[in-house]
Amino acid sequence: MHQEYTVIEGDFVNAGKASSSVKKTLKQLNVEPGIVKRVVVALYEAEVNAIAHAYGGKVLVDIDSDKIKMVVADKGPGIPDIALAMQEGYSTARPEVRDMGFGAGMGLPNMQKNVDKLNVTSEVGVGTTVEMEVNF
Amino acid sequence: MFVHALKINEKKCIGCMRCLKACPTEAIRITGGKAYFQEHRCIDCGKCHETCPVDAIYINQDDFEMVHQFPHSVALIPAVFLGQFPEEIRVSRIYNALEDLGFRHVFEVESAANIYAEAKEHFARENPDIRPLISSFCPAIVRLIQIKYPSLVENITPIKAPLDISAIYCLQELQNRGIPREEIGLFYVTPCAAKIAAVKAPVGEKRSIIDGVINMDSLFNRTYRKIKEQGKNYIPKQSRTINLSSDAILSTLTNGERRICLAKNSYSIDGIQNVMDFLDKLENDEVEDVEFLELRACDQSCAGALLSYENRFLCGARMYARARKAAERERNGEVPREREMDKMKDYLLENSRVDAVQPRSMFVLDKDRSKAFEKMERINKLKAKLPQIDCGLCGAPTCESFAGDVVINRIGLSRCIFYQRHLERKNDITRQECLAAMNAVWGDDRMKEE
Repeated sequence: MHQEYTVIEGDFVNAGKASSSVKKTLKQLNVEPGIVKRVVVALYEAEVNAIAHAYGGKVLVDIDSDKIKMVVADKGPGIPDIALAMQEGYSTARPEVRDMGFGAGMGLPNMQKNVDKLNVTSEVGVGTTVEMEVNF
Repeated sequence: MFVHALKINEKKCIGCMRCLKACPTEAIRITGGKAYFQEHRCIDCGKCHETCPVDAIYINQDDFEMVHQFPHSVALIPAVFLGQFPEEIRVSRIYNALEDLGFRHVFEVESAANIYAEAKEHFARENPDIRPLISSFCPAIVRLIQIKYPSLVENITPIKAPLDISAIYCLQELQNRGIPREEIGLFYVTPCAAKIAAVKAPVGEKRSIIDGVINMDSLFNRTYRKIKEQGKNYIPKQSRTINLSSDAILSTLTNGERRICLAKNSYSIDGIQNVMDFLDKLENDEVEDVEFLELRACDQSCAGALLSYENRFLCGARMYARARKAAERERNGEVPREREMDKMKDYLLENSRVDAVQPRSMFVLDKDRSKAFEKMERINKLKAKLPQIDCGLCGAPTCESFAGDVVINRIGLSRCIFYQRHLERKNDITRQECLAAMNAVWGDDRMKEE
């Protein structure tokens, strides 16, 4: 099952649309509540990242009966040092984003914690793609 | 398996769709021109009851005559019951009238509010990893979480409601006086449908000790009539003072639990839509570090309950007035009556726990995930064919729920009038079949010829 969502730069109001819709689908599939929560938390972080740091992007979700694959691909500044960005508390968020309660430097580490597979690829000046997988 | 207090009177129901649209869990369908509950989805919140224009939705209650069958009948009344009466009628007068109606004992269930709060605190201390804790006070909320937010069931404090703790106390107290169980009748006067469902089919308990349930609005009628009959010069058989603490009086109102709980970061939220909006965010981890949630299905909590005759704000204001007087008495050193319960506190705390609340998700399409997956793909395909305007003419509240009904309950797709036109255009359906589909939802005699 394939689902697609568009995220727009700075559109914090709509952050969580993709993760809420995915949540409902997984509940219908009788996926264990703990796993649903991990998926939703990871996807929400990725959505917020694309909204806060990039110039928007796309969320692609593929659900099978035994796993979910999520790809959040943004057009944006990219991440120069992915290893550094994976560290808790490291953030390049602008002050106005932090004022909104985002950008605490927990995004990528939080995704890592909640998914079974995480792959981040990035090109500076072009964009970042976050691929995540969670097994049911 | 699912016991509900809300019932639909088929004779009165006009199949008008108001309840169909009002139900927060999409538990209502229209078939044959009448509304029906999908029982596994109903949480007894009573939104349908509020919106019904012909009073077709009613709340089942026990026969009042049952009260006379027990030499020691106990009226377990909620504090909001007293908030129904005009202010010039004193609390003791209402107690007397209830006794004259046949109750041997009158007991306000909020008397157990402090023991309930303490039981919650014990649980909070023993389980520091479970946060936020969600109050078990409102039974409609407990059921909402079971069916719609299964990941949050473990956050519900597995503690009996004050009503049940009060019932245990009354029973024990009377038995201690040597009165046999069969002579004791415990009657709960309920302000809402969810509490009845909770008594008849308690969550996390095998059965409740309550013997009967009486609707608050009907008892208000009886009591108020009695007081009017007795007139101004009535002299009560016994005079007394009833001093419930201010904390106890306010505990059923919004913020009533939160104001006496020890949690720093806590919220009190009333109104079922407000509760759902918050739980959606909580489930996504979008709100952090919340310690305690007081959630109530009704706007203004129990003052706005279904069977509250009085306006919710007037009822609330009267309760605040009573609480202010109680607070003044406490400051003057008077000991509230409910302190009598303290002598049984350890016993009550021990018996206030229930088993952990279990999820019973309304969303699950099939227990077998691959079958659920297959059903979902069929639902999604169907959904794409539907107009997405949620008109309700198929008898389901939304196009999405209709698609689910078609796949799961094998309802004919031609009940959708848009799809029907589409079939007609292709000559895939006869006029007779169209009429049959329409009648299946709206009944045979809706458009009688003159």
